Amino acid sequence: MKNQNKGILKKVLDHIGKYKFFLLCSIVLAAISVILTLYIPILTGRAVDCILGAGAVDFVGLLEILKEMAVIIILTAVVQWVMNACNNKIAYQVVRDVRDEAFKKLEILPLKYIDGHSHGDIVSRIIADVDQFSDGLLMGFTQLFTGVVTIIGTLLFMLSINVSTTIVVVILTPLSFFIAGFIAKRTFNMSKLQSETRGEQTALIDEMIGNEKVVKAFSHEDKVIEKFDEINHRLEKASVKAIFFSSLTNPCTRFVNSLVYAGVGILGAFLAIKGCISVGQLTSFLSYANQYTKPFNEISGVVTELQTALACAGRVFEFIEEEPQIPDAQNAAVLTAPKGQITMENVSFSYNPEQKLIRNFNLEVKPGQRVAIVGPTGCGKTTVINLLMRFYDVNNGSIKIDGTDIRDMTRKSLRDSFGMVLQETWLHAGTIRENIVMGKPDATDEEVVAAAKAAHAHSFIKRLPKGYDTVITEDGGSLSQGQKQLLCITRVMLCLPPMLILDEATSSIDTRTEIRISQAFHTMMKGRTSFIVAHRLSTIREADIILVMKDGNIIEQGNHETLLKKENGFYANLYASQFSA
Amino acid sequence: MKSLLKYIKDYKKESILAPLFKMLEASFELMVPLVMASIIDRGIADNDTQHIIKMGLILVLLAAVGLISAVTAQYFSAKAAVGFATKLRSALFSHIQSLSYTELDTVGTNTLITRMTSDVNQLQNGVNLTLRLLLRSPFIVFGAMIMAFTVDVKAALIFVVAIPLLSIVVFGIMIVSMPLYKKVQAALDKILGRTRENLAGARVIRAFCNEESEIAEFEQGNELLLKTQVFVGKISAAMNPVTYIIVNIALVVLLWTGAIRVDNGIITQGEVVALVNYMSQILVELIKLANLIIQLTKALACAKRVEGIFAKTSSMRDGTLGKDDTSVINSENAEKNAAIIFDHVSLTYSGGGDESLTDIDFTVQKGETIGIIGGTGSGKTSVVNLIPRFYDATKGRVMIDGFNVKDYEISALREKVGIVPQKAVLFKGTIKENLLWGNENATAEDLEKALEISQAKEFVDTKEGRLDFPIAQGGKNLSGGQKQRLTIARAIVKNPQILILDDSASALDFATDAKLRQAIKGMKSDMSVIIVSQRASSIQYADKIIVMDDGKMAGIGTHDQLLAENEIYQEIYYSQFPKREEFLRH
Repeated sequence: MKNQNKGILKKVLDHIGKYKFFLLCSIVLAAISVILTLYIPILTGRAVDCILGAGAVDFVGLLEILKEMAVIIILTAVVQWVMNACNNKIAYQVVRDVRDEAFKKLEILPLKYIDGHSHGDIVSRIIADVDQFSDGLLMGFTQLFTGVVTIIGTLLFMLSINVSTTIVVVILTPLSFFIAGFIAKRTFNMSKLQSETRGEQTALIDEMIGNEKVVKAFSHEDKVIEKFDEINHRLEKASVKAIFFSSLTNPCTRFVNSLVYAGVGILGAFLAIKGCISVGQLTSFLSYANQYTKPFNEISGVVTELQTALACAGRVFEFIEEEPQIPDAQNAAVLTAPKGQITMENVSFSYNPEQKLIRNFNLEVKPGQRVAIVGPTGCGKTTVINLLMRFYDVNNGSIKIDGTDIRDMTRKSLRDSFGMVLQETWLHAGTIRENIVMGKPDATDEEVVAAAKAAHAHSFIKRLPKGYDTVITEDGGSLSQGQKQLLCITRVMLCLPPMLILDEATSSIDTRTEIRISQAFHTMMKGRTSFIVAHRLSTIREADIILVMKDGNIIEQGNHETLLKKENGFYANLYASQFSA
Repeated sequence: MKSLLKYIKDYKKESILAPLFKMLEASFELMVPLVMASIIDRGIADNDTQHIIKMGLILVLLAAVGLISAVTAQYFSAKAAVGFATKLRSALFSHIQSLSYTELDTVGTNTLITRMTSDVNQLQNGVNLTLRLLLRSPFIVFGAMIMAFTVDVKAALIFVVAIPLLSIVVFGIMIVSMPLYKKVQAALDKILGRTRENLAGARVIRAFCNEESEIAEFEQGNELLLKTQVFVGKISAAMNPVTYIIVNIALVVLLWTGAIRVDNGIITQGEVVALVNYMSQILVELIKLANLIIQLTKALACAKRVEGIFAKTSSMRDGTLGKDDTSVINSENAEKNAAIIFDHVSLTYSGGGDESLTDIDFTVQKGETIGIIGGTGSGKTSVVNLIPRFYDATKGRVMIDGFNVKDYEISALREKVGIVPQKAVLFKGTIKENLLWGNENATAEDLEKALEISQAKEFVDTKEGRLDFPIAQGGKNLSGGQKQRLTIARAIVKNPQILILDDSASALDFATDAKLRQAIKGMKSDMSVIIVSQRASSIQYADKIIVMDDGKMAGIGTHDQLLAENEIYQEIYYSQFPKREEFLRH
């Protein structure tokens, strides 16, 4: 744990290291500002000593002191402002750097990672955790640093005035440290219980309100409320305890401060009577007594803050250091205008080692042939897409295009050679046009319109408030599922690569749109090697090769006639069931 | 905020006592400089050690009493704040349960979840801070000023100038920087959105090799965020230095004025020290107050949002008809005995503009199976949603068992109807617990039967613990088809009079789908079944098929009738079963 923290700390420091100049400024200015601030009580003390009593005021001396004070005050303020600005600059720039880094990582992570991790978690690492760690660490560091400087500075200033009073302060202050630690330890379990209960409640809220319509359909409102109230009640109990006990830290440390203050007051007064110190010096001491304990309190807070920040930083760096996808080989071939011959040789693949999915699979697709992938939903049809586009690498065997292993070519050229339309549409927040030109950013307006017309998308786009410049939100906003898919088809239509991967729509599109889409598909497929996740009989029948999949395995392979002849074959059964329910 | 105050009512005592004890603590704090002045003026000046010790003890006593008051205050405020939040959360949750689909649609579930969780937590913190600090800080600021007046009126006038000046600076900077922070938030939201987008669209982005441009755009947004942050940072960084200057310059003036007053014999040296102390107390409290106000504005914004949810009330009024009241319906009128009647029904969603359903008119007899087919957005789901009264018809009426659905108690109505929604939703818990949602008194036998009918038995048998197999949150450990079958089973456990399958077999293969329909047919004879589907094969054997197109009924009849004369039905059917005859020739 300790070592791990050290590792994280080092990484954080590496990132801050880039801004050495600002860091140096910040440190130097912090030291200056602390020392200047600490000098004020001394001057105040001297000033008080000039004001002895009626008719005994040294106005000349006082004026000198006050002038000096004024200069120092202004200087301190300027130094503080510049220091804060430096700190901000460091903090925010580090955040930017880390985020950029994390985002870049996001783009080169294997899809396995993205598929296997909650997106919310990844987002919170890149956004919230980064914020927290920069705030926590940098503010923590500055506070820690100024705190330490303040403590040392105060100690020195106090020693310069009087030794025995200093000793009183030094002996008493650790008490507050001790108390704070004691409370923190005691409250840890309570806070844990609180956050656990809160987590439980949030999960219930997420689940029930997220699916409120189902709750209502089953008139389950009262049951759910009952369950909620039970957790809510436990949360109340846990929270009162946790909040109350953790809020004790402040009053307790303040109490210790007051004790120190009283101690200094009494001792200082005795020393003043003896003539060892002046009243002014006593005043300085009293303000030091106040200031001296403050950094201690702050530091104990800073330690927890630093720990949280380190934990956050740990999560961020863990993400940044995730194993990226295997980079393209240096001598990777660039696939240009492939004929579209695809060979799969002895391909084995599985998402996790325990569950073998595809074993020793062989397939030979000639240029221009159509491959239909058939099977019940969830049978793993996307697996084939994942392998062809090299979103995942095969475990064994090889996939070759025009005789070249896809692992020996650049990903870009491989993926550029495939046009992909998935059922799960995905759109950018941006204009319609921006969404269409993804594959060909320099497309002209004419090309865009032509593609949209070919994909039967032009007519609905034209009817949108601002046509091709209509801004849509991330989830497509007001567009229907069918329209969204038409947009995705337009996207592919625009660049029309030599090979295609198409996912035929099932339930999301109305039949007439579906017909249009399939017409568009037909236009696209002409002369192109295509893989279609097929649901429609006509598509299946027209295919040169049919792959029948079940539970992730490719269980049958052949064309419509040969598969149908197979006695009790899965395809034959599937086919029969469709026509004779 | 006002309407939320009632949730703190039960904690009146606590919420009054907490600030009172806080002020008590503050009063003791305010006395410290005077005691110290007395040590200087009487103890040191007169060499009175006894007095010093006495005063010293008073200081310790003040600290101790202060500690006790503070602890008491913390306790009361924690109790009041947490109690308030608990009550509020509970009320809000119940309120959300009372909303109808219309309100759920307009507000959005994500928003509701945020209101329930982070907003209420912020409010809890807000109340806690308010009780502890909102009175304390101004109390000390003005208390210190008043104490200064008791020391010396003329010197205290410096306070009168310094405090407003300080307030202007502190709050001025806050007012200037707060809208800027909103800008920061907006910039942050943008890059957050982009990150989310990139996760969801990882495949597409990579398929189009758009990684580089995505990175470039992210960096651009990130840079904008940085610039805004640095700019706001510069402004808010000015807060501390400026307040520092004001307080310390006031101190210099105070020392000078004090010197003159002391020289004239009006006040003593110790009193000058006391004045100096008051000045520094004020600085500390003002900074605390500024932070507090930032927190409070956040809490107030949360309060407003939470209030907004409370302001939404269900647009649906509950009827009085119980579940069994209908058994005494007039048997003379056969029409009234129909399971479902849609009587020229139209539906306009609130804020939806045009009518989503227009003049829907049909009757379903007991025991009949009805198929509804049509394209996306044609209004199929809207039709079935009117049956359990998820929405209210805007024109016409929907009758169940001879009574308008609006006349039923909503829970009684929904007990009659088993609906399987498009999206298969299961809850965390065992399979059994999920099935019992349909009917908590169902016997083991009922459950088994439901599993069998829904074709779920086969896979449930393979699960460890069968019915006790734990389903993960969101049903993540089940496949889409498995989830669908369990949701169907859940509706069947209800043993409903009307069973609605809203495109809920889409993840099933054709064979399973057919078996499912067969099994449902074998259930009790007077149950009406409505099957909504995109697949002609799923509905073609229904007693009646309703063809929906653009919110209107484009036809109703049997498969053969429709295939013969309904153009839209033909189009749909032949798109899925092209040239069947031709196939048979193979």
